[in-house]
Amino acid sequence: MISGGERFLLRASKLTKTFDGDGSAVQAVRGIDLALRPGEFVAITGPSGSGKSTLLHMLGGLEPPTSGQIWLAGQRVDGLSQARWAVLRRRHIGFVFQFFNLVSNMTVADNVELAALMGGATRKQARARRIELLADLGLAAKADAAPARLSGGEQQRVAMARALANRPSLLLADEPTGNLDSAASRAVLRLLGRAHADGQAILLVTHDARVASAADRVVSLFDGMVMDDAAVRQSARPASLPSVLKLRG
Amino acid sequence: MRMPLLALLAKEPAHGYELKAQLEQIFGEAYPSPNIGQIYVTLQRLERDGLVRSQDVVQATRPNKKVYELTEAGREALVNWMDRPSDGPRVRDDFFMKLVLSQLTETSDRLGLINRQRRHYLGQMRSLSVLAEEASDRRIPRLLIEGAMLHLQADLDWLQRCQEELV
Repeated sequence: MISGGERFLLRASKLTKTFDGDGSAVQAVRGIDLALRPGEFVAITGPSGSGKSTLLHMLGGLEPPTSGQIWLAGQRVDGLSQARWAVLRRRHIGFVFQFFNLVSNMTVADNVELAALMGGATRKQARARRIELLADLGLAAKADAAPARLSGGEQQRVAMARALANRPSLLLADEPTGNLDSAASRAVLRLLGRAHADGQAILLVTHDARVASAADRVVSLFDGMVMDDAAVRQSARPASLPSVLKLRG
Repeated sequence: MRMPLLALLAKEPAHGYELKAQLEQIFGEAYPSPNIGQIYVTLQRLERDGLVRSQDVVQATRPNKKVYELTEAGREALVNWMDRPSDGPRVRDDFFMKLVLSQLTETSDRLGLINRQRRHYLGQMRSLSVLAEEASDRRIPRLLIEGAMLHLQADLDWLQRCQEELV
């Protein structure tokens, strides 16, 4: 279904989402245009309540838009049923959440293999993919453990392995470092960077400026609208630390 | 550079080149590599202020060298400095001035100002990430970089507050 030759991997036009509150409607997303090229890494930032998670959920088919259009690799997807979306996600989208969402009564290995199997791999392929991914993420020794035995940082790495198991065209992530300490965040960031360097398209929502600054582009939302959409340009390559920081004393 | 020099001399007397080498060894790339002239000028001023004293040591094949040691007043100044809480980095009032005054002068729109500033911070953050990766196995520089990143995160959060209140 996903074919090459498309200029954009993902495109959204005039997307809106209105939630019905108690007697009053809340407009969470108010007319957002967004496009992602194959292999591009885009971060969405904004204050809580700015609509960034709602936007990501609509783009991943977890929440239907109130109005507007979404194309994934040229195919119109905003009107798809939940069942059709589920198939699309299994085969073409990897999802990473803030709270890992691993299946607790399955081993680490099975969590990853299941995602590959559901993406259409054979048992043998799924096993090979799982071994490759866990080794890559430094988790080979944890393959037979239950997720609950792992630290938060390790669980999030497993969640990334699971999200990448079906070799998705698009990796979506919702605050992937939101629940991690500094060292674990760095590890997840490094993995995202490596996946991106290998050509993985990534769209993520984050409050963490370290994560946002690793993206090719940062989209800033405010009150359900795009306030800024700009490439991240590293300030002139610092030759050394003292050129950026000065200790006083 | 006064306090780092006093701290090094509290351990043992030393001459200028030794102090330079020690600074480089302790801080690694976290400290702007001091030039030797700067160190000697600082030592002279410390001596003038009575915080260190020097002694000429005769060397057989080379010119005499000056060895510095801490005085009682120097030790006291060092302890005072160590025991005093330090001020945090100042709030970026230059940007805040621009933001507040932009509407008076109609030279720039506030959203544009905030967006440019955010892009600038994100660019700085990326530079720091690169440096952090390079320094990942050296604790002192890594901690300094991590501190700078946390400050940048706070600056970005505050930018968001400015946007909520003023735009």
